[in-house]
Amino acid sequence: MNEWLDPLLLARWQFGLTTIYHFLFVPLTIGLATTAAIFQTAWYRTDKVEYLKLTRFFGTIFLINFAMGVVTGIVQEFQFGMNWSEYSRFVGDVFGAPLALEGLLAFFLEATFIGLWIFGWNKLPRGLHLATIWITAIGTILSAYFIIAANAFMQNPVGYELNAERGRAELVDIGALLTNKVALAAFPHTIAASFMVTAGLIISAAAWHLARNRNLDTMRPALKFGLWTMVVSGILTTVFGDQLSLAMVATQPMKMAAAEALFDTACGADASFSIFTLGTPDGTSELFSIRVPYLLSLLSTHSFDGCVEGINDLQAQYQELFGPGDYAPILWVTYWAFRWMIGLGLLHVIIAVVGLWVTRKGRHPKQRWVWTIAIWSFPLSLLAMSVGWVFTEMGRQPWIVFSLLPTESAVSPNVTGLEVLISLVAFTLVYGALAVVEFGLIIRAIRKGPPDVGEPHPETGRHEPATTVY
Amino acid sequence: MDLAVLWFWIVAVLFVGYFVLDGFDFGVGMSLPFLGKDDTDRRVLINTIGPVWDLNETWVIVAGASLFAAFPEWYASLFSGFYLALLLILLALIARGVSFEYRHQRPEAAWKARFDWMIVIGSAVPALLWGVAFANIVQGVPLDEGHNFTGNLLTLLNPYALLGGVTTLLVFFVHGVVFVSLKTEGDLRVRAQRLATRAGVVTIVVAAAFLVWTGLAYGSVWFWILAAVAAVALIGGWLANTRGREGVAFTLLAVTIASTVLALFASLFPDVLPASNDPANSLTIENASSTPYTLEFMTWVAGVALPLVLLYQGWTYWIFRKRVKRSTIEQAAH
Ligand code: HDD
Ligand code: HEM
Ligand code: HEM
Repeated sequence: MNEWLDPLLLARWQFGLTTIYHFLFVPLTIGLATTAAIFQTAWYRTDKVEYLKLTRFFGTIFLINFAMGVVTGIVQEFQFGMNWSEYSRFVGDVFGAPLALEGLLAFFLEATFIGLWIFGWNKLPRGLHLATIWITAIGTILSAYFIIAANAFMQNPVGYELNAERGRAELVDIGALLTNKVALAAFPHTIAASFMVTAGLIISAAAWHLARNRNLDTMRPALKFGLWTMVVSGILTTVFGDQLSLAMVATQPMKMAAAEALFDTACGADASFSIFTLGTPDGTSELFSIRVPYLLSLLSTHSFDGCVEGINDLQAQYQELFGPGDYAPILWVTYWAFRWMIGLGLLHVIIAVVGLWVTRKGRHPKQRWVWTIAIWSFPLSLLAMSVGWVFTEMGRQPWIVFSLLPTESAVSPNVTGLEVLISLVAFTLVYGALAVVEFGLIIRAIRKGPPDVGEPHPETGRHEPATTVY
Repeated sequence: MDLAVLWFWIVAVLFVGYFVLDGFDFGVGMSLPFLGKDDTDRRVLINTIGPVWDLNETWVIVAGASLFAAFPEWYASLFSGFYLALLLILLALIARGVSFEYRHQRPEAAWKARFDWMIVIGSAVPALLWGVAFANIVQGVPLDEGHNFTGNLLTLLNPYALLGGVTTLLVFFVHGVVFVSLKTEGDLRVRAQRLATRAGVVTIVVAAAFLVWTGLAYGSVWFWILAAVAAVALIGGWLANTRGREGVAFTLLAVTIASTVLALFASLFPDVLPASNDPANSLTIENASSTPYTLEFMTWVAGVALPLVLLYQGWTYWIFRKRVKRSTIEQAAH
């Protein structure tokens, strides 16, 4: 067969690209729904017009973003059946349940209450209207939990039994599925990371205005809010990332070995973490590297004298267990993705701490480059998020469900390479065009700044925001 | 009742929810070139569904996920088999979904016109293709022993299925136009009512042909009963519309759609995807379903969640029950 039309390879590219794309919008939806809810609550409590303006400002960005999250999410859900029918047959009894829960309990909630929030200004009593954005925010976080529980089953299958006759995994313990230890660590890690990305956006937007001395009344508090959110969520991301590392080593030791490109089992000081490595192109030997002794041992086992299994040992173990084959993921991807995730994350915490320092007590840095760095915090935190997922998903290879189902056995047997190529090209073109439109609209909304919300009502002394219409 | 049979009907109900609700959204979207004389008209049309289109669309997400959870084999065979058709539906839903939100973000006429067309096409394509897909499910498709679809896109585009597609297209269109007359006032309302009357005639003829064909080829007793309900409701809805009773007309058309979907499921029962080449390869409720454990758990969740969902969605429709006025739209800032 023509190697360009390999359905497996194309389906993997398509799934990877569409999922990464979907997940550009999701963290912002999670974070901005909560941000809008927080500012609206502040307005509700204090009646200060700045808070109302900030609610509307971030609310607009939230809605532009939300539309993309929805339409790309449907693609994700359909793709399991379209491109991964053997996978769907194999795991449906287990994996379908959290997806259905997500729809029934979370998506309905979000989709309904967001409509009430957008069009409910002035139609609903003030308190009830405030409740609608909180319910939307809770819905987004709930949906993240269920999808991560589903994903965690692929990383660490639990709560199932194999039915050899029907050739599928069957659910026997829903409690175990929903309290998968990988999910319990990945969920808070992902939510905290989502708030980092959102903080990045808030910092960028505020910095853009402050660098031009515009909208100081709203953008100063916004910057402060963004910087603090970044610091707090950055610390939480690290703490939960550390928990996630432990869970990962316990369930998928190969992934940690691949994260460090560690070929031979190493203990104690030898279990070092390399911050940077230059190696031969095939990745089998290193020419130069900067290493921190003990760090890998600490990360993997929380002790100085722990041992971390190497790729060669694991490979031998797996061959014994699962038969001949290559059980290591693509090392340069896992190695660099892991570093970029952590590095960009730590960088943002540092930037935010410095940012809080240079703007303390209302100071306003004059240097242009200070603001430029702040503006870059959005794209870079988004990149940290994406590479984190690339690490997780590609580090699981060659398995689609770890230890149970190889990726190559999961693809739809009756969908041709040409069909997948058509869909891959179509999604790439449509997603590419939409990215330009969406990005343009968000930039435009940011530059426009907080909207004019008019004068307060003469009797109540309170602002009554206009009803939204499309 | 056997849990798998129960879930067959729960899936049917979820698709009823989807086609009744998103169906009229599609209709409103398709009506833009017919009813939207100027920008204000078009904005009025879009605003009639503004607060609810997303919750309506979510029904297909839940229906799809429930299909996955309750009938993994069905989900796998159907979605991989109807690959290119579903791709078109997805692209259309993407185009439509972003357009509602993005259309009003910029004032330029060219910008708006582009999104208007995306709404029209993004509504018409799924309205047609969902009918094609469901007619094919009822008719059966070629499946191998592994339950994998062995045809191609052209297999799906047969006369019976195309008739099914035209039927859903027309019914959704009329339902949407009646919704417009229910939710607007003045000239637009009158024009919508007239359009529904005219389009309704064609719809009745086409729908009758589709139902009779289905009944003769694949029908069961329950099919005929439900199809009769659908037919009566459709004609009743048309009559109510000509008499200016929009609310009654809208409700009766909803009944038409609901009973048609249920009739199709009734004619399918107890298969879920018949194999047209060899009945031994058919997917049935029995061989496509999940384990009783999964189904029981899901029954509990659905039993608690669905009534709540209906409650808060019903409340949303109540909050936004007022007619959309041209004057409100004209005053509103952009
Ligand atoms: C802003 C984004 C961000 C930042 C700063 C970090 N992470 Fe992360 N990380 C993610 C965003 C992310 C993610 C949301 O992309 C992933 C993908 C899957 C998941 O659960 O979260 C992830 C996955 C992920 C995994 C893979 C889990 C698995 O495959 O089973 C590990 C071990 C860590 N992270 C550990 C860390 C550590 C130790 C960090 C800091 C010291 C860290 N992450 C910072
Ligand atoms: C939103 C964050 C996610 C991102 C960015 C992401 C990214 C990726 C990438 C890059 C691949 C391609 C891996 C490869 O081909 O080597 C992939 C594969 C896959 N992922 Fe994820 N993933 C995410 C979440 C999920 C979740 C939540 C699930 C399940 C519920 C999931 C299921 C899959 C499946 C089925 C594949 C295809 C098989 C494969 O090639 O591994 N992913 N994902
Ligand atoms: C590959 C697996 C995934 C599938 C099948 C999937 C499915 C979907 C679907 C169908 C929607 C549209 C919902 C609506 O109409 O409101 C959606 C949106 C959403 N997804 Fe995903 N998703 C995936 C990955 C993820 C991950 C990994 C997360 C969270 C960590 C996530 C969180 C969300 C959230 C919060 C929304 C709602 C907000 C929005 O629309 O942007 N999704 N997803």
